[in-house]
Amino acid sequence: MILDIRNLTRTHGQGEQAVHALRGVDLTVAPGELVAVMGPSGSGKSTLLTCAGGLDRPTAGEVIVDGNDLTTLSRNAVAALRRRRIGYVFQDFNLIPALTAAENVALPLELDGTRSRTARKAAVAALQEVGIDDLADRFPDDMSGGQRQRVAIARAVVGERRLLLADEPTGALDSETGEAVLRLLRDRCDQHGIGGVLVTHGARDAAWADRVVYLRDGVLVGQAGPLPEADALLESR
Amino acid sequence: MSIKHGLLALLQDGPKYGYQLRGEFEAATGATWPLNIGQVYTTLTRLERDGLVQAAAARAATVEDDGRSMYEITGAGRDELAKWFETPVTRESRPRDELAIKLALALAVPGVDVGAVVQRQRMSTMQSLQELTRLKRNSSDGEISWQLVVESMIFGAEAEIRWLDHCEAMLLRHRGIPRPAPRTSVVPDEQEARS
Repeated sequence: MILDIRNLTRTHGQGEQAVHALRGVDLTVAPGELVAVMGPSGSGKSTLLTCAGGLDRPTAGEVIVDGNDLTTLSRNAVAALRRRRIGYVFQDFNLIPALTAAENVALPLELDGTRSRTARKAAVAALQEVGIDDLADRFPDDMSGGQRQRVAIARAVVGERRLLLADEPTGALDSETGEAVLRLLRDRCDQHGIGGVLVTHGARDAAWADRVVYLRDGVLVGQAGPLPEADALLESR
Repeated sequence: MSIKHGLLALLQDGPKYGYQLRGEFEAATGATWPLNIGQVYTTLTRLERDGLVQAAAARAATVEDDGRSMYEITGAGRDELAKWFETPVTRESRPRDELAIKLALALAVPGVDVGAVVQRQRMSTMQSLQELTRLKRNSSDGEISWQLVVESMIFGAEAEIRWLDHCEAMLLRHRGIPRPAPRTSVVPDEQEARS
């Protein structure tokens, strides 16, 4: 498993005021699998994603990414794992405006100590895979929303990433551009054996996933899929 | 939508045999609406009776079509077809929605867990939506008619899920759905202390 979440609980505050964002959630994501998380506002979707990505510490439970339990690692070790193994895609792209597309994509590698020429090479290759290597030297402000999200996806999968976490990645895009982005996320998982978690409130987006889980009040209340073919795919791995 | 208008549309570009019409109909709609050949000929007979098509005179029965005739669209048929394309499809002309009726009855009958009915339906519709999305993913760029039909079903399924979300929120407001029970309710103290 790329991601193995067990009995994940996250409580904000204490006593009477305590807010139970997640209450004993189990979730696994296999290599090459894309899992969508749906649910109404406040159901715990985003908390689940931030805990899975090591950006938030659970109150209880385990979050195992590529064999490492984030809840037992030091902060530095979590940060290193985040840089090397986990990629994020956000609704608002989160690109650095002062850096070109290639520099944005190379940044996590360089932060992790990769030499800049090697990082640049990997970045251009990642941009090529998402179909925009011709925009490598362009700044985010000179790109369309769809192009920016492609840069963000390239940044999320560059290097040896194993887990891709996407929070409403099509939220700022029109439906056709959004669909191209989902197709791309889907292909990244299929072709590179990356595990993906897609948080969305849109059923049409979620339908690109192998499995769709539904959260309500911090509890998983339903699951759709996997589809028969996805099952066969898992067995063959 | 009626088979009648579908056949008229396919006859626009020239006379055709029944089996040809069936093949073209299925190719255009991606076999989402399979027709049997009997339906095609019954419809053609009615269309002929109403003066919307006629047997193509010059090319009468041939061996390949088992003695059947080729049909061609008439002037009246073209008018009818133009009218069909010009008239929007109204929601009222569609069959009654079983799901809406089921939910309404679930609310009216005591002892039915409406929240569970909504959730089961949502996951079932979600699974259909996944299957449709997979069909779309696997289709090629040339299959534009078929893609349109799949997209229509995708947007329909999405609308149903949004409607279910809306129903759930309404129910919650009006009578309150009980919160789902957590998988485990006991949080070990030492783990709580760690955060």
